[in-house]
Amino acid sequence: MWVLGPIGFTAPWVLLALLALPILWLVLRAVPPAPIRRRFPGVALLLGLKDDESETDRTPWWLLLLRMLAVAALIIAFAGPVLNPRVQQAGSGPMLIVMDASWASASDWSVRMSRVGQALDEAEASGRTVCILPGSDVPPEGCTFLSASDWRPRLAGIAPAPYGPEFAAMAEVVAGLDESVDTLWLSDGLEHPGREDLLSALQATGSVTVFETGRGALALGPLSVTEEGVFLPVLRSDPGAAQEVTVSTHGTDPAGRARVLAQETVTIAAGQTEAGVTFDLPPEMRARVSRFEIEGWRSAGATRLTDDGLKQREVGLMTVRGSGEGLQLLSQLHYLRSALVGKAEVIEGALGDLLMANPDVIILADVAQLTGAESADLLDWMTEGGVLLRFAGPRLAASDVARNEDDPLLPVRLRAGGRTLGGAMSWGEPKRLRPFAESSPFYGLNVPDDVAVSAQVMAQPDPELAARVIATLEDGTPLVTRKSVGQGQVVLFHVTANAEWSTLPLSGLFISMLDRLSVTSQTLSLEAADLAGQSLQPRSLLDGTGRLVDATARPPVSGEVFAEARASAATPPGLYQAPDGIRALNVMSDDETLRAMDWPADVVVTGVTQAEERPLAPILLSAALIVLLADLIASLWVSGRLMGARVAPVLVLALMLPTEMRAQETDAEALALAATHEIALAYVKTGNAEVDRVSEAGLRGLSRILTARTSVEPSAPIGVDVESDPLGFFPILYWPVTADQAIPSASAYTKLNAYLRTGGMIVFDTRDADVAAYGSASSAGVKLEALARVLDIPALEPIPEDHVLTRSFYLLREFPGRHSGGTLWVEAAPPEDQVEGMPFRNLNDNVTPVIIGGGDWASAWAVNERGAPLLPIGRGFSGDQQREMAFRFGINLVIYVLTGNYKSDQVHVPALLDRLGQ
Amino acid sequence: MTGPASSSPGLRASAETLAAALPPLQARAEQLARTLLMGGHGRRQAGMGDEFWQYRPAQAGDSGRAIDWRRSGRSDGHYVREKEWQAAQSVHLWVDLSASMAFSSGDSVPPKRDRVAILAMALSLLLMKGGERVALASLGTPPRIGALQLRRIAEGLSQPASDDYGAPDTGMFLPNARAVFLSDFLGPIEAVEQAVGQATDRGISGVLYQVLDPAEEAFPYRGRTVFTSMGGGLRHETLRASDLRDRYLDRLAERKERLAQIAHHAGWRFATHHTDGSAQSALLWLFEALEGPR
Repeated sequence: MWVLGPIGFTAPWVLLALLALPILWLVLRAVPPAPIRRRFPGVALLLGLKDDESETDRTPWWLLLLRMLAVAALIIAFAGPVLNPRVQQAGSGPMLIVMDASWASASDWSVRMSRVGQALDEAEASGRTVCILPGSDVPPEGCTFLSASDWRPRLAGIAPAPYGPEFAAMAEVVAGLDESVDTLWLSDGLEHPGREDLLSALQATGSVTVFETGRGALALGPLSVTEEGVFLPVLRSDPGAAQEVTVSTHGTDPAGRARVLAQETVTIAAGQTEAGVTFDLPPEMRARVSRFEIEGWRSAGATRLTDDGLKQREVGLMTVRGSGEGLQLLSQLHYLRSALVGKAEVIEGALGDLLMANPDVIILADVAQLTGAESADLLDWMTEGGVLLRFAGPRLAASDVARNEDDPLLPVRLRAGGRTLGGAMSWGEPKRLRPFAESSPFYGLNVPDDVAVSAQVMAQPDPELAARVIATLEDGTPLVTRKSVGQGQVVLFHVTANAEWSTLPLSGLFISMLDRLSVTSQTLSLEAADLAGQSLQPRSLLDGTGRLVDATARPPVSGEVFAEARASAATPPGLYQAPDGIRALNVMSDDETLRAMDWPADVVVTGVTQAEERPLAPILLSAALIVLLADLIASLWVSGRLMGARVAPVLVLALMLPTEMRAQETDAEALALAATHEIALAYVKTGNAEVDRVSEAGLRGLSRILTARTSVEPSAPIGVDVESDPLGFFPILYWPVTADQAIPSASAYTKLNAYLRTGGMIVFDTRDADVAAYGSASSAGVKLEALARVLDIPALEPIPEDHVLTRSFYLLREFPGRHSGGTLWVEAAPPEDQVEGMPFRNLNDNVTPVIIGGGDWASAWAVNERGAPLLPIGRGFSGDQQREMAFRFGINLVIYVLTGNYKSDQVHVPALLDRLGQ
Repeated sequence: MTGPASSSPGLRASAETLAAALPPLQARAEQLARTLLMGGHGRRQAGMGDEFWQYRPAQAGDSGRAIDWRRSGRSDGHYVREKEWQAAQSVHLWVDLSASMAFSSGDSVPPKRDRVAILAMALSLLLMKGGERVALASLGTPPRIGALQLRRIAEGLSQPASDDYGAPDTGMFLPNARAVFLSDFLGPIEAVEQAVGQATDRGISGVLYQVLDPAEEAFPYRGRTVFTSMGGGLRHETLRASDLRDRYLDRLAERKERLAQIAHHAGWRFATHHTDGSAQSALLWLFEALEGPR
C-alpha cells in the first residue's frame, strides 16, 4: 500500500493512467458533439446559408472539465483509495491483549470486542500467537499463548466485571512471562490503583499500545437523604464539554410491577466532573425505589442500588396508659394517626414496648412525666439517632417539668401555666404563624391564613432559646423548638396534637411539618459494629452492564468483611440480605471519585476514530456516476436536445413525491376526524376482503340498531389497519380471526398493548362456535393463540352468570351470534364472596380488555345498504329470534364498553335501599 | 378512384385505411362548414334556376309551354313565369399534399396536410351547398357538384404525394373559373409563378393560401443540426442553428413578399395561415376571398 497523507492506495500503479488525461483532453476537444438530425420543410430556405465561424463546433471547456473529472474519479477509484489506512503493525513473536474489562468498559463493550477481533485478525495474518488477559477474570495459571483462531470462540466468554480490574494479579501474570511480548491494552480510561505497576511490568517485556474509546465513564455516587429529597452525585471521568445526563429512578408501582418512578436531567458543566441530582419523591414512593440508573449508559457504575435505607420509617406513638374512652376526634393521637397513615409505619404502645421496636421517631403527645428508667432509655435511644417529637397539652402545662432546670427530654424550659389567647377571659386574638425563617427546617412551607393558635405553653427566656426555635407565632413566641441530643434530637410543639389549642393539626401544614421533621431521622450509615458477627447472603448481584442477576447460590459474606468491602471479585456489588434488612453494595464506594488515566508520554494511545479504515472507492465511483449523469444532461443541453417534452416526465416525477406525502397526511387527519367527530365502532382489517366486508356490514347494522334503541349514535364503522392506523380513538375493536391473517409487527403489538392498558377493548371472534370451542385446535383458534401471545391479556374465565355484560342494557343469558352456544371468555374476576342480600357479586370493576368468542357476531349483525339482513341465520322465527339476541348482545357490549361498571353499581341499589330501611 | 396500387394485398389494406379516414374527414369538414351556411346564391337576374324571379308579359318568340297559365288566367294578357338565373361557378382546388406538408412541430399542432385537407373539404362542401361546382386538381376531373364529387375529393385529399414539395398544375382548369391554391409554398417559387400566370391568361382568378407550421415561423432550433427536407431530398448542416434564425426569417419574409407580389399582379388574393390558429377563421377568410371580387 502506498500512503499519501491520510489516504492510502491499494493499487497505486493505476494512478499512472492520470497521465493520459491531457491526451484525452485534446482528443475530446477535437471531437464536436454529434449533430441532431431534424426534418424541417423550411430547409429549402436554408440552402446556401453559411455558418459564422464560431467556437461551439468544439465541446465547451466546462463540459470537457466535467468529463475529465469523471474519468479522473474513475481512475482514482480503481487505484483503491482508503481513508485512514491501518498500517499493518510490524512485529513478531507472541502478542498480549490486556483488557481492563471493568464496569467502566461495559457501556462500549462491543467496540472493545471488535477491536480485539481486529487484533486477532492481524495476529492471524502475521501468524502470531496471542494471549488475552482480562482484568475481570485473571487466569490463575497465567498466560497461555494460542493461535488467534483458538481464541475467537473464547471471546464470547469474556464479560465486563462489575468492579475494577485486578491489576495486582495481572502484574503477577506478566511478571511470570518467560519471553518478551508486545501488548495491546484495552483500557477503560480510568485511573485504578495499581495501573502504573502493571504498565511498568508490561513495558519491561515489550512495546505497549493502549486503546481507549475516549468516551469517558459516568457513574452514580453515594446517595444521601436531605430535607429536599434524595440526593445523588453524578460523576464523570472526563472534564470535557457540558454533558446532559438523565438519571431515572426504578422501582415498583403500587401493584408491584417494575416501573420508572421518576426522571431527572442534570447538566454536568464544562470542565466539571460532578453534578448533583435531587429527587423530590413523596415518602411513599421513596420506599418503593429499588435503584437509580443513568439513562442510556449500560454499566454497573451507572446503577445505584438502594437498600432499606430508603424504606419507610417507623414512628412510635406512645399511648397513655389508662386513658379512658373519650371521643375520638378529641383524642390527642387522632390527628397524628391520620397524618402518618400511609407515610410511615406506625407502632402504638407503651413507651417500653416502643423502645424495644427501636423506631425512628417516637411521638409523645401531652405526656408530662416519665419514670426515671423510661427517661434514661429514651435518652439512650435519642443519642443513637432517634427523634423524639413531643406535643404540649393541659397535662404538660400543669406539671412542673423543666420549670427550673433543663429537662433533657424537652428542648426548652417552660413557664408555668402557659397562656390562652382569644378566649372569653383574655384580651388578645388567636395568633397566626410567622413565616418560617431560613434556618428552620420548615423553611419554604406556605403558612395558611386559617392556622391560628389560641393556647400554648410558653418557653422560658434563655440565651440558647433563639437557636432552638424553629417556628414562631407572629408575636415572636416560640411555637416549635428543637434541641439535638447525641445523634438524635427532641422537638416540642408548644400546642396540642389535637385541635383544642390550635387549628394547626387541621391544616395541611401540619402534615408538611411532620414530613420535614421525620425526614431528618433517616440513618443510612453502615456501621461496622452493627454487622459484626453477622453473615450476609447475596440475594442478587450486578453484572458489568448493570443488570441484577439472581445470586442466592453464592456463599454468604461475613459482616466484618462486608462493612469494609468495596466492589471486588470477592464481594461483587449487589443486594445482600442482612438479618435486619437488605444492604446494598455499590460499585462506587462513598469516598471514590472518577479520574481519567493520564498515560505517560511514551505510551502510544490509540482511539476508535483513528483505527477506522474507510475505503473511498465506492464514494469516488458514485461521484463519477453523478458527474457522468450531469455530463449527459449538459451534453443534451448543449446540443439543444433537452426539450420540454423530455424533461416534463422528470419534473412531474419530482413534483409527485411531495404531493403524495401530503395526501398521506390528509389521510391520517381524515381518519382522526372520522373517528373522533362521532363515536365510531371499529374492526380490524384481516386482509381477507370477504371477512372485512362482513365486519363492516355487521358493525354498520349494529350502529343502526344502537342509534334506534339507545342514546349511543355511532357514525359509520371504520376499518383499522393495526400496523399503520392509530387505535386510541376507538372504544372497541372487533377483530375477526381468520386462519390466514398476518401476525402484526412488534410496533403494532406495542400499540395494541398500549391500547389495551389504556382502557381499550378488543373483541376476538374466531367465528367457529358451531364447530369448535375456544381453546380447541381449530385453525382460527390456533391463529388466535399466535396473535394473542404477545398481547397483554390478563387471566380469562368463561363469562360468569352475574357478569355486568349480562345486564348492561338488556338482561341476557346467552350471547349468540350467527352461531349460538359458544362460550364467551372475559377477564377473570377476583374470587370474592357474595355479600348477603346482594343479587350480584361486585366484580369486574374495570372493563375486561378482551372478549374472546366464536359467535361470528358480525355476520349476525350484518345488514346491506337498505338495512336488510345480509346473511341468513337459522330457520324462520327462531332465526329472527337469534338475530335479535345477537343485536341485544351487541348493544350490551357497546354499553358495557362505554359505561364500565356503572350497571354493576346500579344493581346494588335495591339491596342498599332494603338495608337502609332496616 | 386513383388507388396507390391495384396489386393484391395492399389494395385491401389501403382501401381500408382510406375508408377509415374518409368519414372523419368529411364529418370534420361538414362541422366546420356548418358554421358558415350561406343563403341564396342568385344572380339577381332572370335565367335558369329553381327560384321564382318575376312574371312578365309574353312576347313573340316565347314558346307556348313557357306561358304560365295560372297567372294568365287571372287577367287578359299572357304571362311568362321567369326564374332567377342561378349560374354555378367552377372552382378548382389545388391542394399541396406533398411530403413537406406532413410536417408538424409538436403533438399539439396538426400536420399542415391535415389542415389543408380539412380546409379544402370544408370549402368544397360550402361551395357545393351554394351550388358551385368544385374540382380537385390532382384528380384531373372536371368540376362537378354532388355527393359523389365530394366523396371523390375526399378520397383525393387522402392520397399523399411523395414529392418533397408540390407544384401547382393548371392544365385541367376551365377558363373563367376560380382557383384556390393551398400550400406552404416552400418549394420552388417559379412553378407557382408560372401556374398563376397561365391561369390568369385563361381568365381565372383565385386565392393563394399559405399554410405554415408555427415552427417554420419561429425557427426554434439550436446547436449542431442537420436539417433535411421531409422527403430527404434536401439537406443542410449547420453547427449552430440559432445563428441561422435571423437569416432564415428574412428569407421567409422575402418568400411571403414574393407570393404577395405574384398574387397582386394577377389580381389574386394571398394570405398566410398557421396550423396553431383556428381552422374556422381560415375557412371564413377563404370563403370571403372567393365571394369577394364577383
